[in-house]
Amino acid sequence: MIREKVRVKSFKIDGICVTGQSNQTILEVAHDNGIEIPTMCYMEGLSCVGSCRMCIVEIKGSHEPIPACTAKIKEGMEVTTSSPYIKTAREMILSMMFSERSHTCSTCVVNGDCELQSKSVELELEHSATPYLNQRFEIDASHKNFVNDPNRCILCTRCIRVCDEIEGAHALDLFGRGLNTRVIHDMDEPWADSTSCTSCGKCVYVCPTGALYEKDISEEDVIKKRKIITELIKNKS
Amino acid sequence: MNDSLKKIRLATIWLDGCSGCHMSILDMDEKLVEIAEFVDVVYSPYVDAKEFPEGVDLTIVEGALSTDHDLEMIKKIRKNSKLILALGDCAITGNISAMKNLYGKEAVLQRGYFELADLNKEYPSKTVPKLLERVIPLHEAIKVDYFLPGCPTPADAIYEMLKALIEGREINVHELTRFGK
Repeated sequence: MIREKVRVKSFKIDGICVTGQSNQTILEVAHDNGIEIPTMCYMEGLSCVGSCRMCIVEIKGSHEPIPACTAKIKEGMEVTTSSPYIKTAREMILSMMFSERSHTCSTCVVNGDCELQSKSVELELEHSATPYLNQRFEIDASHKNFVNDPNRCILCTRCIRVCDEIEGAHALDLFGRGLNTRVIHDMDEPWADSTSCTSCGKCVYVCPTGALYEKDISEEDVIKKRKIITELIKNKS
Repeated sequence: MNDSLKKIRLATIWLDGCSGCHMSILDMDEKLVEIAEFVDVVYSPYVDAKEFPEGVDLTIVEGALSTDHDLEMIKKIRKNSKLILALGDCAITGNISAMKNLYGKEAVLQRGYFELADLNKEYPSKTVPKLLERVIPLHEAIKVDYFLPGCPTPADAIYEMLKALIEGREINVHELTRFGK
């Protein structure tokens, strides 16, 4: 197979002419040019999976919106990052995240340090557009330092990616389908029994919500060290 | 007194919540005096009216809908109010009140009236309203005009919201409060 050469591509984001390398995504080029696109599952340094769809953008000629974090740039494409249609779609996506599981901010240990909560402020969503499903999942508090609460999980898979790509352990993965999907350890064993988990805590630090958290820590003390991981990744490369 | 100077007929009600949002209203402190110049409180836990009146301009609702009585009340409130403000996370998301949904109505009644009871082990059948199958936020039952999140909603956010409504201007509630604040 002949590897494609990296080329410079010119295109438009929100009417602004921009250029990027052909192996870059729309999100990366937008970021390089100071154009903000809201993200959720994206984390600088980790692979992009487009699982949350928060960064969806419109592309002229395409009949459906696509996630900017996984879409590679193309010569002459015209990208729109914000429109009434995109705004409504993002609100619906965020509503579904809130209503799918039990996101009771006032009883959550990361209240005030939660990316889902901040997103509701950023996107100006003050109530869910979809009815609450009230699903209940068992909490895994077997590990000596950490807790896995699938009730607060938005299935962004950052924890899985950081464990696989940075720690190199791949102790975590997804189990089940659709609404019943959960993050599990090894072959769905209690966290404490996981033989591949190194207890490094990177998964806890990157978690955008309170799905993974440190034990015996009060709400005031919880500060997720998401930036530390990004720095670590940058320094590694 | 001409119409423009007429006081706003304000009602407040506390459904399935902890009353924290009503405490937050009181936490406006001296600003309450300023608000009182523009409003007439016609129904509220703060006043003595027994029946929800007709012709209410604005009703502030705290708490989620948990019982058949809550549902009946919110329908009456919608019918009798021009505008409804959902105050606090319980009214908007179900919040703590809706946590019993994870276990279901039966489990909650079983726990409360059998497992933890010493005497008279039976479900209440008189005077106490019946629990709904699941607790729902206001907007799943009726049309809600304004949402002001928070647990409880900060007093300053309530003040700014009321001032804006009195003056007839729009405000961005996201600068003032958020879920869980």
